[in-house]
Amino acid sequence: MTETSLTPDALVMAAPAEEAPVRAAAKPRAAMLGHVLYVLRENPVTGLAFAMFAFFVGSALFGVWLVPYDPLATDATATLQPPSAQHWFGTDNLGRDVFSRVIVATRLDLMISVAAVAMSFVIGSVLGAVAGYRGGLIDVATSRVLDTIMAFPLFVLAMGIVAALGNTVANIIYATAIINIPFYARLVRAEVNIRRDAGFTLAAKLAGNSDARVLAFHIFPNALPPMMVQVSLNLGWAILNAAGLSFIGLGVRPPTPEWGIMVAEGANYIVSGEWWLALFPGLWLMLAVFTFNLMGDGLRDIVDPRQRT
Amino acid sequence: MLSIKDLQVAFKTRKGEVNAVRGVSFELARGERLGIVGESGSGKSVTSYALMRILDAGGRIKAGDAVYSGIDLRNASESAMKDLRGREISMIFQNPRAALNPIRKVGHQIEDVLRRHARASRQDARDKAIAALEAVRINDAAARYEAYPFELSGGMCQRVVCAIALACDPKLLIMDEPTTGLDITTQKAVMDLVDDLVKARGMSSILITHDLGLASEYCDRIVVMKDGQIVEQGDPKALFTRPQHPYTRKLVDATPRRGATIRALLPAEERRPELPHAVKDTPILEVKDLVKTYQGKSGPVHAVKGVSFTIHEGQSVGLVGESGCGKSTTSSMLVRLLDPSSGQILYRGTDLATIPSDGFARHPLRPKIQMVFQDATDSLNPRHSARQSIAEPLLRMTPLRGALLAARVEELARLTGLPAHLLDRFPHQLSGGQKARVGIARAIAPDPDFLILDEPTAALDVSIQAVVLNLLADLRATLGMSYLFVSHDLNVVRLLCDHVIVMKSGEIIEAGPAEDVMDAPSHPYTRALLAAAPQAPAA
Repeated sequence: MTETSLTPDALVMAAPAEEAPVRAAAKPRAAMLGHVLYVLRENPVTGLAFAMFAFFVGSALFGVWLVPYDPLATDATATLQPPSAQHWFGTDNLGRDVFSRVIVATRLDLMISVAAVAMSFVIGSVLGAVAGYRGGLIDVATSRVLDTIMAFPLFVLAMGIVAALGNTVANIIYATAIINIPFYARLVRAEVNIRRDAGFTLAAKLAGNSDARVLAFHIFPNALPPMMVQVSLNLGWAILNAAGLSFIGLGVRPPTPEWGIMVAEGANYIVSGEWWLALFPGLWLMLAVFTFNLMGDGLRDIVDPRQRT
Repeated sequence: MLSIKDLQVAFKTRKGEVNAVRGVSFELARGERLGIVGESGSGKSVTSYALMRILDAGGRIKAGDAVYSGIDLRNASESAMKDLRGREISMIFQNPRAALNPIRKVGHQIEDVLRRHARASRQDARDKAIAALEAVRINDAAARYEAYPFELSGGMCQRVVCAIALACDPKLLIMDEPTTGLDITTQKAVMDLVDDLVKARGMSSILITHDLGLASEYCDRIVVMKDGQIVEQGDPKALFTRPQHPYTRKLVDATPRRGATIRALLPAEERRPELPHAVKDTPILEVKDLVKTYQGKSGPVHAVKGVSFTIHEGQSVGLVGESGCGKSTTSSMLVRLLDPSSGQILYRGTDLATIPSDGFARHPLRPKIQMVFQDATDSLNPRHSARQSIAEPLLRMTPLRGALLAARVEELARLTGLPAHLLDRFPHQLSGGQKARVGIARAIAPDPDFLILDEPTAALDVSIQAVVLNLLADLRATLGMSYLFVSHDLNVVRLLCDHVIVMKSGEIIEAGPAEDVMDAPSHPYTRALLAAAPQAPAA
């Protein structure tokens, strides 16, 4: 269940399935589920990562209705309360419940990172695949443009983009996507390049596939296993990047609950002893990044057909 | 000198412990040349790795003794083994390019071994390394000393590997498929060289190979292995003429040899009469003055220099030559994956050379010309099941869908002898022979009338090769296809083809009916090719 909620993975698994109306629909699905369970059993850390991922996705989807307090409601009578049975993570300087704010913030943070990663995945894959398959001038031009992007300190580049385009959530997504495109494009380019003259590529051409079909349905899916590791690591970086931008005052604006802003606001109170304001959003941020990093290996095992036995 | 008793080797895998070698015993006398013959998975390489104690992680010697000149190889310390390897026992590996360090000069790699075993000092290492290169008959050894492996040909690399292996005058030389991937004339040159050196220095040798013919030519005694056990051993001639064990008989039968028909490769009980295939007078493919020139860094490279030939309907033509002769380039142009520089490819009167290869995938003639690739593993998409691979050309080029498509895929599987329950497996779950069947089923799926076979059996064991060759002969008879069989192995070509074309350096040097070319070759190069093929002792 968890692996279908992840956008890029779900996307790519759907594509080859449509390509094969021959195979009975039910059988591979059952085999796939068995394979996922096998991977999870083999590697308990992957299981833990998927469980935590499920928790974050659950928070993002249903958090708004499950939290005990309105994340925006202020309460002048209960400001800066330490964690208690009533307020699990304490309250902030305006009396807002930190627990509710942390949980509700999950949706925005995940949305930014998933949208940004999906964008860089798609754009990077197309650029890298075409460059790796066609080679020649297209390859040289694409590679040099991507090198130029990578020559900038990436966070500073993202700051510049958001500052120039305007302080909105959409622009944070664009900025995060742009700085991540080169990683995908380079990876896909290398993976496509080594398969350009492989026997199965030639065989696909003989089977009557146009170059575009060969690239999209025969070569590209074989580049997925390493891509999954990249996607997973990248989700973590994207969250950090979005939170970092908010932390320095770009992007999401108060009072919207978001981990980066909450850490930034809470940081002012650490010296006066109200540690919970910065600690809990920071902890959630750390756990989210941790989860995505752990998930990479498991995802690779799941999309790699050679792991199936 | 070497005595192995009841050797057992096991590997730890995901599915539990696998016994790769199960009780192997043999003795090797001083100066004896032993051959270990078996098909993939028979444990022949693992046996030798166990002797050298270089088993992969997870592998261990479970039981048995291995004694070399009084030294217990099983229990010797790692430092004692390090002294032994290279100085007493040397090994030549399968892929010479992989065995050499790509970023070190070959001369330095020889010096490394010499200095490791204190056979040379800093001052005289260079001279000794050059002497070692001269010993393996490398011309201009002083210049080659400075060469990097990528600058040398495959045969030259294998000579360097031999020089490294022999540098410290070992008493025992183990060769693990030393000539796989080398051309047939190079194979002969390398094997003759090693054989001379082994005899001259009074060394013992162990030759590990899948090729019974090669082993019988260069060994005094042969051990036949199957599933980790020795099934038969003895003198090569006796093994060939009077094989005792059914498996040895099957191997002997399956080895292509002069005078054998294609059916004779199969075990006696599976031989059915060969179906006749009719060769008509109408040409299906006429190639006229085909040229391919690449733009290389140091000027143009003439891969194919104007070849012309005709293939008739129902005819099987063999295209023979060594690597770099232009046979692959020619077949790529015929199958329209590559555009020729000039020339005509007339398929039933239509000039295919005028249709660019980029757009040929959509051309109505695409289904008519298909190809079976050399490496079945590499040519199957690892993400597609056998069913998807076979269905792919049908989906793209025929209107078949749904139940009709499934029925056609199953019919193709039956035609090629692929059990239906294997259709949902992925390539890595299939054996080499099964993958070859999937490759053939895919090629004949769109009902082609001209099929290019690019060394379809090169990566297969001989017994599987026999089965696949017979399958191809049956399909030709039942479906009436014409073949262009590209191969370096004249013995295999002779079995399947009516007509043979021999290529060298991009040109056709000899062509004619198969028997004429094989039995009375007119060109010296053809004669050299035929002479280089290892011949099994006549039955």
